[in-house]
Amino acid sequence: MTLADVRRVAGRIRWYVRELTGESTYDRYVAHARAHDPDTPVMDRRAFEHSRTDAREADPREGFRCC
Amino acid sequence: MPESPTPAPPVPQAPGRRALSPKSIAVWSLVGLVGAIGWATLALSRGEEVSAAWMLAAALGSYAIAYRFYSRFIANRVLKADKNRATPAERLDNGVDFHPTDRRVLFGHHFAAIAGAGPLVGPVLAAQMGYLPGTIWLVVGVIFAGAVQDMVTLFFSTRRNGRSLGQMARDEIGPVGGIAALIAVFIIMIILLAVLALVIVNALAHSPWGVFSIGMTIPIALFMGVYLRILRPGKVSEVSLIGVALLLLAIVSGGWVAESSWADFFTLEPGTLVIWMIVYGFLASVLPVWLLLAPRDYLSTFMKVGTIGLLALGVIVALPTLKMPAVTDFASSGSGPVFAGSMFPFVFITIACGALSGFHSLVSSGTTPKMVQKETQIRMIGYGAMLVESFVAIMAMIAACIIDPGLYFAINAPVGVIGDSVQSASEAVAHFGFTITPDALAQAAKDVEETSLLSRTGGAPTFALGMAEIFSAVIGGTAMKAFWYHFAIMFEALFILTTVDAGTRVGRFMLQDMLGNAYKPFREVSWKPGVWFASAVVVGGWGYFLWVGVHDPLGGINQLFPLFGIANQLLAAVALAVCTTLLVKSGRLKWAWVTAVPLAWDVAVTLTASWQKIFSPDVKVGFFAQRDKYQAGIDAGEVLPPAKNMDDMQTVVTNSTVDGVLCALFALLIIVVLVDAGRVCFNAIRDPESVKLHETPYVESKLVAPASIFATKEEKAELAAAGVGPEGGIRKETAGTGSRT
Repeated sequence: MTLADVRRVAGRIRWYVRELTGESTYDRYVAHARAHDPDTPVMDRRAFEHSRTDAREADPREGFRCC
Repeated sequence: MPESPTPAPPVPQAPGRRALSPKSIAVWSLVGLVGAIGWATLALSRGEEVSAAWMLAAALGSYAIAYRFYSRFIANRVLKADKNRATPAERLDNGVDFHPTDRRVLFGHHFAAIAGAGPLVGPVLAAQMGYLPGTIWLVVGVIFAGAVQDMVTLFFSTRRNGRSLGQMARDEIGPVGGIAALIAVFIIMIILLAVLALVIVNALAHSPWGVFSIGMTIPIALFMGVYLRILRPGKVSEVSLIGVALLLLAIVSGGWVAESSWADFFTLEPGTLVIWMIVYGFLASVLPVWLLLAPRDYLSTFMKVGTIGLLALGVIVALPTLKMPAVTDFASSGSGPVFAGSMFPFVFITIACGALSGFHSLVSSGTTPKMVQKETQIRMIGYGAMLVESFVAIMAMIAACIIDPGLYFAINAPVGVIGDSVQSASEAVAHFGFTITPDALAQAAKDVEETSLLSRTGGAPTFALGMAEIFSAVIGGTAMKAFWYHFAIMFEALFILTTVDAGTRVGRFMLQDMLGNAYKPFREVSWKPGVWFASAVVVGGWGYFLWVGVHDPLGGINQLFPLFGIANQLLAAVALAVCTTLLVKSGRLKWAWVTAVPLAWDVAVTLTASWQKIFSPDVKVGFFAQRDKYQAGIDAGEVLPPAKNMDDMQTVVTNSTVDGVLCALFALLIIVVLVDAGRVCFNAIRDPESVKLHETPYVESKLVAPASIFATKEEKAELAAAGVGPEGGIRKETAGTGSRT
């Protein structure tokens, strides 16, 4: 296994963890907003993460965990 | 919504009809053979100890065959999942709650949402009938019922923009069935929370180590919450790593605390723990999500995925032997101390999660359908994730069956049956037909640095002991046993506290919604009095049953767990009834047996269990028989064991009445839903023209993505031709101005 392979595998793992934890949600939100209108104002990370948890506050059924 | 104006084009090719290559015939024959040998060894060995390897072979072999053939049949022939039909995630993509998510990521999300403490508890309790009945139900149940329910619900919800189960019941069956389903969900939630909280209380009572480490999770979660909110928003991975490190420190330091002068402070009676649980439950559900729930969720997801992975490795490396007999006498006599009643229906009630769990239908019709990239991936996510949960339950069964059966019964029998000393417990276990010396009982507690393991009912301590056995065989030996035991307790407590918090919030939300019909402001989540009142009602509801469970002289788990099982299976019946109705209404009558057969089985189990719980003359099983016996005792002025005084007698009478009435209510609700669903199906068959489906109209998909974990050769070619990466995406030439890949 070469160094490049190790780096590639590590990159995939990092990608998976970021996706699974929702850490990449902000990047996706920005990309999505920009794709539709490059000049649209986007929330900064802090405001975005706040709005995300506040949404869960408003409707706790999202992200419900089972027994 | 009206019916689709442009009918969907027929689904291209049915790949299921392709002939198998000789190579795959050979491979699948081998898989089948391994599974069959596993089953044969499990079933035919009598009187000798069997390696857990055979249980793994039987389960994994069966899962593989079922996934490859049955789930594929359901996806292609029954549901006709269409890769050309756009999913809600693609059509309504807003980058936040609706967005096409990589199938492997969504699989992880879905699995983390469906798997919790349930699959770890049920199999442990069911082990009182031996390892075989529970194992057969776990594997057969998941293949033909549980995974089918999850997959079909996910499919129909995806075709309806992610509508919830309750909404689908209302839309497709009618208001009566819809309201019955809604009430059922609410009461079930209350019972679920009470039983899970009871599991924790039984594991933590008189355990300073456990109480300290679980208590520490609260400041850890608060710290993580502040970190994510104020210090470094959104940095979930790093804060979770810090959290897990602190958690391990909390477990280790629990051992130091237990040996220090602080031990007394953290040694709590069950009654005190109940009060703490109720206070915690209320505060947790009114505090902001970011402060406690969100960080706790990250922590428990990390622990869940990590520990389940470790456990699978541990079982495979250690390959312990099963000490429990294949089938015990309790299977036929129905007089087991862990839960009363005979194998049918009570094994199928006790093991819900892992075989067939109604609660999954809430997840399958909630977040997941809004994130599926392709209809064809529903098989891997819905069916596949449930198979993994069943495997988790199999590991719990292994954990329960590798410890000495004498010890198993001493841990899981209520104090009213075995008394409160190692001597009385040893004698009682001998009556059950197993042997364990008082010294061995004392030593087992000492090994994990607990004062006693007697009557630690609820499954968590048994599972923790089995897990400690497996892990210490791989790492650390006997010296590490106490650490692993408390690690396992912590791991279960963490899920359960997260579920208590999240469940209370969902219950509160539903209650606010219902009360909002009478008084508008209740609907507003920012109206604090409404939030506090609804939270107090929900917490009071499960708090009542928790209190009762801790103080019931007959034992809380063996009284309440059947209620929880019946409730969960009732919800499964609602989900399967909705699925069957939808299959019939959407012109799939020919295939309706796919969900109708598990529905019939589930209804038979649930109603038989309810019937016995209500009408059985056996005081161990029937709630009202219990009530009559103890009422007669009160009238005659006699104290009947295990009650110790007249107050206890009165408690038994009250509890049995409440439990019996609740059981009757569950049975009634299930009948209402079934009759209403039956009416709709009958009308749909008699007059197919009258059918109104609430399916979202067909829109052609522009997204390319593989269906399963690994892309096939054809799929790789398709991805390359579309110019997108392995996670799939919108075809390049049609992607417009978008920069998405």
